[in-house]
Amino acid sequence: MNVFKKLILATAIGTCFAPAVNAEMSIEITEGIESAMPIAIVPFANQGAPLDVSSIVDSDLGRSGYFKTLPPQRMPERPTTADAIHFANWQGAGQNYVVIGRVQPNGGQFNIEFQLFDVSNGSSLLGYRMTVPANELRKAGHHISDLIYERLLGKKGIFSGRIAYITSTRNGTQANHKIMVADADGANAQAIASSAEPLMSPAWSPDARRLAYVSFENKTASIITQTLATGQREKVAEFPGINGAPAWSPDGSKLAVTLSKDGNPDIYILDLSTRNVSKLTKNRAIDTEPTWSPDGRNIVFTSDRGGKPQLYSIPVQGGEERRITFSGSYNARASFSPDGKFITMVHGNGGDYRIGVMEANSKSISVLTSGPLDESPSFAPNGSMVLYASRKGNTGYLSAVSIDGRMQQKLVFDSTEVREPAWSPK
Amino acid sequence: MKFTKTLAAVAFASTLALAGCSGDEEKDASLTDGSLNGANGLNDASTSGFGDGSGINGGRFGANGGRLGANGLPPEFSDPNNPLSKRTIYFMLDSSQVQQDFVPIVAAHARYLVANPSRHIVLEGNGDERGSREYNIGLGEQRAKTVASMLKAQGVSESQLSIVSYGEEKPVAMGHDESSWELNRRVELAY
Repeated sequence: MNVFKKLILATAIGTCFAPAVNAEMSIEITEGIESAMPIAIVPFANQGAPLDVSSIVDSDLGRSGYFKTLPPQRMPERPTTADAIHFANWQGAGQNYVVIGRVQPNGGQFNIEFQLFDVSNGSSLLGYRMTVPANELRKAGHHISDLIYERLLGKKGIFSGRIAYITSTRNGTQANHKIMVADADGANAQAIASSAEPLMSPAWSPDARRLAYVSFENKTASIITQTLATGQREKVAEFPGINGAPAWSPDGSKLAVTLSKDGNPDIYILDLSTRNVSKLTKNRAIDTEPTWSPDGRNIVFTSDRGGKPQLYSIPVQGGEERRITFSGSYNARASFSPDGKFITMVHGNGGDYRIGVMEANSKSISVLTSGPLDESPSFAPNGSMVLYASRKGNTGYLSAVSIDGRMQQKLVFDSTEVREPAWSPK
Repeated sequence: MKFTKTLAAVAFASTLALAGCSGDEEKDASLTDGSLNGANGLNDASTSGFGDGSGINGGRFGANGGRLGANGLPPEFSDPNNPLSKRTIYFMLDSSQVQQDFVPIVAAHARYLVANPSRHIVLEGNGDERGSREYNIGLGEQRAKTVASMLKAQGVSESQLSIVSYGEEKPVAMGHDESSWELNRRVELAY
């Protein structure tokens, strides 16, 4: 009983309020894997919940590309309790797993129970119960998807995370730029900042509570940090020249930034509590786009000191600067995987820009996308996918590709220019 | 019987969930009001910051417009035969060198600024959309700095000049081919 109580508490606070906002984007899978696991999410028994939780789970898992969900109209039966499941039916339908559940009112809230079964032997792999208010049903669905994903794939799910990105609409010489924050499936998109002058380079703090970004709102570049909860903004850098490319240290206490106040763009470390800046690179070339290794020891950055932009690494305390990319005429805007084993970057050859992933040890680069104008790659919080911006014709869109390149999903937007996606670290 | 099975699995799941969730909760709870507040907070900030911004925006100079800003510029700035009417310098791919064609234009502005020491200009560096955005900010600044050095070499005071690089963030041509890119690789002289 104790376990149950604890669990309910944990899940009740583990979900969050998510206002219903019309989604600005839709997601389509453009490349799936052959070995996607067949799984049936049977529509949950629902007493009065305003949202169909099981359909959220279905679309999360299907969209991930690792699962092939069974449309309800092709289900041999629609059980909502464990003893009503006839596993032979599901074997006959070619399913490996089946998920059933119930959503019932509980005071002003809803109890959600679900179970995941292995069809081959009828065993229960996961059972869970949570209590949430009506406005957290969507979040609860993502949470259930995360649990199923983790149970079956052995790595953390990515459905409860959020993404930040920039949109622009233009009308003649007038433009409106926005920093948007949305659920990982594109729902609940909300502008957290908007300006007639460009906004760029959104970067999540490690605790996912703040964003740093570049704003030209005063017709000069400045770096802003903004707390999502309160909307509180702080201008943390507004030196003469470039103030750009903010990247949070893993402990959240510093930003690596690009400043050109001393003549040309170099990497500086900005201490957020003292606001002191210290210069890290001292090269006459363009040094920019710093990113921290997850252990906090090194900064990888873009430099054109050798002619074309390539990636270099330098210890955070200063020291020897080492070139780390050697294939491709253009390598820029690096970002580490959470485990530090991979670096993703914009990888260019002859005017064609694609997303590459480099093994940090071997330095071998695989190209994941087809270009020609792909940019701004960042890892999913579990390291399984890279989110980036692309365009076909005049339509800009966001896309996610698995790091083996086998799976690809496209986030389609309505008639806005969309760019610079960043996946929240948690 | 079903219940016990579930319970065991639940216990397992809950440890995972707790591990994954404990940090999320405040963040998520706060996000909601958060993003709304965030928007308000910023809108206020930008509104106040932009009080006089729209006028400047409306009077954007460039090869495409030839319109005059509201900054009281003398008539020669709108005479198409006068080099002062041209206030955009274009650049070759990956280059921050001012091409020969544009040298007389820069020289005309240098003469004007030397003769009018109270005048101030902003050199706005821009690039095309290819490659990464922050690197393009660096390239845009290099272009603006090249023009600044030419102006200074011809006697313009440092205090008359400031530089901002917009990289690829302020394109004037919205296409995605060379004919647009060459219009976007530019420095605008904004009086």
